[in-house]
Amino acid sequence: MKMNIAEAINDALKLEMKKNKNIVLLGEDVGVNGGVFRVTDGLKKKYPDRVFDTPLAELGIVGTSIGMALYGLKPIAEIQFMGFLWPALDQISNHASRIRNRTMGRYTSNIVIRIPYGGEIRGLEHHTESFESVLSHIPGLKVVIPSTPYDAKGLLISTIRDENPVVFLEPKKLYRAFKEEVPKNSYTEEIGKAKIVNEGDDLTILGWGAMMPKIKKAAELINAKGFSTEIIDLRTISPYDEKTVNASVEKTGRLVVVQEASRTCGFASEIIAGINDNELLHLKAPVARVTGFDIPFPLYKMEKWAVPDADRIIKASKEVLKW
Amino acid sequence: MKDSVNFVKEGIFQIIDERGECHADHNLSKNKLREMFWWMIYSRRASEKALKMQRQGKIGTFLPLDGQEASQVGSAMAINKEDWIFPTYREMGAQIVRSVPLVNILLYYAGDIRGNLIPKNVNNLPFYIPVGTQIPHATGTAWAMKIQKKRSVVLCYLGDGATSKGDFHEGLNFAGVMKSPVIFFCQNNGWAISVPREKQTASRTIAQKAFAYGMEGLIVDGNDVIAVYLAVQHARKRAMEGVPTLIEALTYRMKMHSTADDPKRYEDNKNLKIWEKKDPIKRMRLYLKKEKIWTRGWEKTLEKKADRLIEDAVKKMGKVSQLTPEDMFNSIYSKMTPKLTEELEYLKENLANREVEEETQEIKGGFP
Repeated sequence: MKMNIAEAINDALKLEMKKNKNIVLLGEDVGVNGGVFRVTDGLKKKYPDRVFDTPLAELGIVGTSIGMALYGLKPIAEIQFMGFLWPALDQISNHASRIRNRTMGRYTSNIVIRIPYGGEIRGLEHHTESFESVLSHIPGLKVVIPSTPYDAKGLLISTIRDENPVVFLEPKKLYRAFKEEVPKNSYTEEIGKAKIVNEGDDLTILGWGAMMPKIKKAAELINAKGFSTEIIDLRTISPYDEKTVNASVEKTGRLVVVQEASRTCGFASEIIAGINDNELLHLKAPVARVTGFDIPFPLYKMEKWAVPDADRIIKASKEVLKW
Repeated sequence: MKDSVNFVKEGIFQIIDERGECHADHNLSKNKLREMFWWMIYSRRASEKALKMQRQGKIGTFLPLDGQEASQVGSAMAINKEDWIFPTYREMGAQIVRSVPLVNILLYYAGDIRGNLIPKNVNNLPFYIPVGTQIPHATGTAWAMKIQKKRSVVLCYLGDGATSKGDFHEGLNFAGVMKSPVIFFCQNNGWAISVPREKQTASRTIAQKAFAYGMEGLIVDGNDVIAVYLAVQHARKRAMEGVPTLIEALTYRMKMHSTADDPKRYEDNKNLKIWEKKDPIKRMRLYLKKEKIWTRGWEKTLEKKADRLIEDAVKKMGKVSQLTPEDMFNSIYSKMTPKLTEELEYLKENLANREVEEETQEIKGGFP
């Protein structure tokens, strides 16, 4: 069945809610309205007692989700836009991600927090953030970011079945960007496992989320010049698949990391630190990163300058390939 | 009981006054009254012992409960076993009434994570250290009870300082909207470290905030264990009917905020003198004496029993095994990640091959 990412997520929610009666959905506008991106469309109708439109309060959404999970429910919360997650970070980092550790497993809070993130949707100010690296810095939390409909469904099902709190970041630019064949039934994709999208020998380009189509486009143009590019979709940034990244860099000796978020302390920095730990002597060239700038995400007339594009990825790749 | 709850003096629900006079029929059995007195004696002595242990360097920063025994004991006794409680760092009394072993509490304040191992059949969370963050959790757990059609409630502890936090507003607002079976039990002890209640909120009372959330608000004399017990029982009934209650228990923190705090810097001794007269244990003693339940000998027996239990807990504490580096890594995720496995191995190797040892410094008086 052909589906876009929004439909694939909706499908995963539907299948899991049918399977697991403990799942409840909550968030702003997720019920009657089906979510502002329509990702939860139809679910309130199907499960009127398990889908809740909540008051407009992110801390409250995450905080009450934690309380529900302590009692044995499986809450799937939606935060409408990533820019509004900040008030809930206290709840995520002090409680959701810590309760297992601070009670040595006696209590757990395996909530799912779905969050549309990222720019290039002509969004209003504060509606375009991507600060996944902040979340990756929180021990006890997992952070999953799909970039295709197939992965979105498989990874969300795994996320819901995971015994740990997971933030599931949805690249909203890609919600309806393209469709692909998605199996009708349930299936899982492993959390913490990167995907090699294209195999290659000369250069590895690595990214996640909404950067993936740009990376693919750049790789096509690079390969047309006679190079062989390996593309890695990281898919989970916490815990991230160091093994796959290391193996690829050992093979190609060259790495370009692409991230939409601003540059300083972005997740690209962590990837490069990992390469420094493990693969420095296999490198043929310094690792390059293509990132957003150290600025707040601009209003939409300037977003075309702010977000990395295929051109910048190609230029960085050329630099790396010079060595 | 309804009559009792309606007995309100100047807006404050009270059964036993400072002189030990009883102002309404409470229908509580003698045994129940004895039990209340016992738990208050036990929790005060445990708190006093913990304070001493901190001064001797045997445990870390500790937050004494002295003065708040009636609030904690009365509330914890008023709910059922299958109900849940969300305690803050000062709720040692509520924890022990609800069967959390004292050794756990001492271990926790001695910096041992195993103190947080709440027994499986006890529906208590461990102490919450950040202020107010437990409030939305309590609402969520109560909401889950409602979704699962369970006949139980949540008792959420908080202090006057917590009412300033966003968590308080969001937690109570959700509870009102979702009609969660929850009781918010605010011990207004006059202080948030050095900041007095008047500087925390311009509301005339804390209880009145309840009305804005569509729930009931109730002010109770927090040093009157019987009134607290009845108020929480009443709130429990209302919670089951889908109406949460915010209870403001008027009490007083008779000691420091924590062992790192010196109230002489900000507290007028006059206040303390006033509240010493309202001491919850003193008052109950007067009442029980009038009722011919109390004798000096009986109280001595209780004290001895408490001391024995406390000594047992201290002994048990001394007998726990050494923590291992695994204890620091094992429960971060349900299954250890490759990265954490690597980090643990690194630590163990490092510990096995030390070249330089850090000098351990004696830290006096805890933080800061």
